[in-house]
Amino acid sequence: MMSMRLWKIFGGLKLPGFKSMSMSQATQPAPLPKTLTLPLKQHIGIDAEPVVKVGDTVLKGQMIATSGNYVSAPVHAPSSGKVTAIKKHRIPHPSGIETDCIIIETDGEERWVECKEHSNYRQLDAKTLRDIIREAGIVGLGGAGFPSFIKLDAGSSNMIDTLILNGAECEPYITCDAMLMQEQSRKVIDGLNIMRHALQAKHCIIAVEDNKRAAHTMLVNALHDHEAEYIDVIQVPTLYPAGGEKQLIKTLTGKEVPSNGLPINIGVVCHNVATAAATATAVLEGKPLISRYVTITGEGVDHPCNLDVLFGTPFSELINLCGRNSHAEQFIMGGPMMGFEISNDDVPVIKTSNCILVKSENPTPDYIMPCIRCGQCAEVCPAQLLPQQLYWYSRAKNFDKTQDYNLFDCIECGCCSYVCPSHIPLVQYFRFAKTEIWTQEQEKEKSDIARQRHEFRQFRMERKKAENEERKRQKRELLKKVNKEKDNSEDAKKAAIEAAMARVKARREAQHTAQENTDNLTDEQKHLIAEIDSRRKKAKDKS
Amino acid sequence: MSDIHSSPYIQNNETISRMMLAVIYALIPGTLVYIHFFGFGVLINIFIAVITAIACEVIILKIRHRPVKPFIYDGTAVLTAILLALALPTLTPWWLAALGAAFAIIIAKHLYGGMGYNPFNPAMVGYAMLLIAFPKEMTAWIPAETHGLNFSDTLNYSLFEILPAGMSYDALTMATPLDSIKTQLSLGYTLDEIHNSSATLFGNIAGYGWEWINIMFLIGGLILIFIKVISWHIPAAMLGSLAFMAMLFNFSDAGSYSSVSFHLFGGAAMLGAFFIATDPVTAAASTKGRLIYGAGIGILIYIIRTWGGYPDAIAFSVLLMNMAVPMIDYYTKPAVFGATGKS
Repeated sequence: MMSMRLWKIFGGLKLPGFKSMSMSQATQPAPLPKTLTLPLKQHIGIDAEPVVKVGDTVLKGQMIATSGNYVSAPVHAPSSGKVTAIKKHRIPHPSGIETDCIIIETDGEERWVECKEHSNYRQLDAKTLRDIIREAGIVGLGGAGFPSFIKLDAGSSNMIDTLILNGAECEPYITCDAMLMQEQSRKVIDGLNIMRHALQAKHCIIAVEDNKRAAHTMLVNALHDHEAEYIDVIQVPTLYPAGGEKQLIKTLTGKEVPSNGLPINIGVVCHNVATAAATATAVLEGKPLISRYVTITGEGVDHPCNLDVLFGTPFSELINLCGRNSHAEQFIMGGPMMGFEISNDDVPVIKTSNCILVKSENPTPDYIMPCIRCGQCAEVCPAQLLPQQLYWYSRAKNFDKTQDYNLFDCIECGCCSYVCPSHIPLVQYFRFAKTEIWTQEQEKEKSDIARQRHEFRQFRMERKKAENEERKRQKRELLKKVNKEKDNSEDAKKAAIEAAMARVKARREAQHTAQENTDNLTDEQKHLIAEIDSRRKKAKDKS
Repeated sequence: MSDIHSSPYIQNNETISRMMLAVIYALIPGTLVYIHFFGFGVLINIFIAVITAIACEVIILKIRHRPVKPFIYDGTAVLTAILLALALPTLTPWWLAALGAAFAIIIAKHLYGGMGYNPFNPAMVGYAMLLIAFPKEMTAWIPAETHGLNFSDTLNYSLFEILPAGMSYDALTMATPLDSIKTQLSLGYTLDEIHNSSATLFGNIAGYGWEWINIMFLIGGLILIFIKVISWHIPAAMLGSLAFMAMLFNFSDAGSYSSVSFHLFGGAAMLGAFFIATDPVTAAASTKGRLIYGAGIGILIYIIRTWGGYPDAIAFSVLLMNMAVPMIDYYTKPAVFGATGKS
């Protein structure tokens, strides 16, 4: 193994780790729950489409929803049982929304579907490999959930120089990747080999933060001699967000992923270590992605640990299993820096659930002070932005300006909010601005279409009007000719119409007088009417 | 959007109060030496200014329907008052400090939107107003150490403008070293002649007493940089450019232009560099911007001290550069990550 030069990233934070608390015991499989709730969307992209009906019996590993689109991922039954419902259920999402989920009542028999192994993957071409990985439902397990097979396509023109496995796991509390690298180091390396074959990458790196000694040692020991020629297991400095994709690539290669670009533009592809392990399982054992390592940690549980959890298992069962205590008030999926709060713990574990952080509720937040432009946010921003300016313009809803200040290069790592002495929730403002801009763009697109439609309609109407005018003109001319002949009879007609109108008027007046019943009233009646009128008026004024 | 809490869910325990408190602590060594040389007037001025500033802050916050507690505890009003008081001559009537502090808080701070929104450094606005409105009171200093005034003498003067028997204000007070050099240079004396004429006014490297005050403020400032309350950019750029200007002209004509050490340690350069110019609200934001901002102040200080109408120039230089901050910020946007290979 050669020694590698590492590059420094801009900004970043040294954060307290809170990692050892969940690493004291080996990862155990979580018990099989009675009910599994499987959202059709556990990834970035289009929802999967169910291929089972209510009442169907399913086997462990059987596909129950197929990818509905290129950017999508199928869902598999994590255990054998019966489909009892396909209905809306709350999913782990910041908004607490409910989406379509397949509900499976497990039978406890764990009967597997037939699995097709591909131990000879080196003979397969990249397309076939990608299809296997796609059919196994594998998505990025680091937290983003982007369908992995897409990122295993080198494309026609791109030469992949470096394939990076991201085992940095820089967020506090989370240890599932560290435990996986420790306990399944061989599987991680197998997965890396498969990915390397699909991408035909020249050089591979497994990057581990230097606070994970055990994971590093286990990986190095698991490396075969010939593998050491093209795989480097590298320790990177423990500095949040070292595991951010762009930051990690910079640290390892010195190259910066272009703003608005992708790693593949500079010949680099980056996958999470757990994704690599899942790839190995899918290709070598033929088993789809149905479970993952999950860290259950925080002061709200007495026994923080990592569990191998089947997708669809409710958070609540895992928290109970780890000893829910009185501090369990706030549930966060992911880490404290980039995760999101879940209002209710009845949501299921999905493919992107790397960590369940159980905390006590923060005491009432301090009064948010004005920005004093101290610039600490800019000093820690790994994207080299000026958060104080972005805040200023986001707050003023001056969204054009926020884009001048590169709002969309913000990776929402939370460093700026963490250091802000005024305790301004900066990232929250940036998310707000991004959402507003997206909405505006969508609306603009819609209004553009509407405007075009409107303009075409306008054109059509005008054309029609012009045509009508022309027709009328012709008619008028025709009429003029005829009228000249009729002129003499006009006066007699007019007199007849006037006489008819006078008759109608006279009749109406006669009717009106007859209908009046308020004439000749007694004083009492008049008084009553006045009262009623004033009440009506009051009621009207009030409303 | 305030009721949605999104990540991050953890935060360090830095607050504005803690930052301001650190700055106030860092002022203590310089202030003590200042008191040692120039008497208890320093302390009396600080006391009056702080009381006035807090009172004005509370009243204005009430009028503006802002919560009082967080903005009093943030410490910015107190710090403004202390900085203003440290810039005043030490034998002054009480209303001078009170008026300056009130002007700083009400006009310079709150009329522009309060903490975080004021474009000009409030303490320096207060100082500039006093200097223009009361030039006589603002330029008369008692001599370092030999003034012979005790606490009650000073308090008596502050409250009632009464001096001990046998002392007169005009006989007691004099110009600052910077001021007297300026005046006498204009009368045609050389620097050597000026230095020799008044042994009590000049010390080893700069003004007598002033050099020690500046050294203590320098130490306080370095501590602030070390504990990361301020960054080094503004002080370094400001002192560097001031020193460079001084060196340039001193080298060309040592008889008419004061030395580098005199410029750095003879006036309020250290107080200005570490405590006044570094006010984040009114300074440039980016690293490059801060270097430009600091350098601009340094150059302006030299120009105003040497050719301008006022003896010391910190306040006017800072205010002039405050004005340039939006433009500096606009032109010093740092390149974003990955900007080199935009795709």
